[in-house]
Amino acid sequence: MKEQPNLNYINSLSGGDKSFKIKLFSIIKKEFKIEKKIYYDNIKSEKLKLCSENVHKIKHKISILGLENSYKIAEQHENNLREGNVTLQDKFSDILNNVTNYLKKL
Amino acid sequence: MNCIIIDDEATSRTIIGELCSSYKNLNVVEVFSNAIEAIKYLNQNRTDLIFLDIHMPDFNGFDFIRTLKDPPYIILTTADAEFAIQAFEYDCIVDYLVKPIKPERFKKSIQKVGAKLNEKITASTNNKERQQTGDDFYININKRLIKIDIQSIYLVQAKGDYIYLKTDNKNYTVHSTLKKIEEKLPDHIFLKIHRSYIININKIIDIEDNSVLIEKDVVPVSRSNRPELMKRLNLL
Repeated sequence: MKEQPNLNYINSLSGGDKSFKIKLFSIIKKEFKIEKKIYYDNIKSEKLKLCSENVHKIKHKISILGLENSYKIAEQHENNLREGNVTLQDKFSDILNNVTNYLKKL
Repeated sequence: MNCIIIDDEATSRTIIGELCSSYKNLNVVEVFSNAIEAIKYLNQNRTDLIFLDIHMPDFNGFDFIRTLKDPPYIILTTADAEFAIQAFEYDCIVDYLVKPIKPERFKKSIQKVGAKLNEKITASTNNKERQQTGDDFYININKRLIKIDIQSIYLVQAKGDYIYLKTDNKNYTVHSTLKKIEEKLPDHIFLKIHRSYIININKIIDIEDNSVLIEKDVVPVSRSNRPELMKRLNLL
């Protein structure tokens, strides 16, 4: 079963300020879309060190959405990529899809 | 307290900005997505605090700190805890915040910076005071300028248009006012205990009711000045 995102962190940050939540979601959506594309482009051209940098940024968004297990996988994937290891690529792609679907619904 | 935010991730910049907005005395004056732009800004401007992301492409947070001649206080922000040990090498780094930054943890950081800034202001004020007052001053007696070592003064008494200046070695009568001499004496050593008397609190022998014994002089303490005198004593 896929891990479900939650808004606990964002709620604690916004203190109920709806306009801030809207602003933050809009930035996350925009930035995530770009980062995801750059990540896949770098995977395609096997620039694994750059991929590791991309995962580093993406994992912050994963943590903001409360996806704790996914965050651990992202962290391991980031370290693996630095060593030239892509074994967690499929699992990380599933996480990216999960986040993408969630952000679409917002 | 003015601060700037340096982070290549827009999400982080927005979150840190929101966290800062909860503090009235914390003004975000500029936000940068890369360290180079921030260096240009800091060449022309000063700030009290920087929120600095360590993990940035090309020029990381530590590279950035090394370019600063007189760095302000810095709070590092990062998604990894792995750089924490390296952070201890820099005196300017006040704290290390791991993303996602929680509001309660952010509050602790701001309190740390506030305490550091207060320490700095107090140190600078004391230094200024010391510079203003110096270790000595000159008095004019019969057209002769006589150097008086401030630490040696134990009592200053006003009498009409003159003041009696009593020191460890000698006593002097000078044509001046208590107000004028009070300006020359450092606050942390001297205290006005009566409208006609200023004493060196380090030279007090004892205090009884409304009088102070200082060297061989018994000096009255006015009721209004007594609370301040008691506050300044190191009572057991």
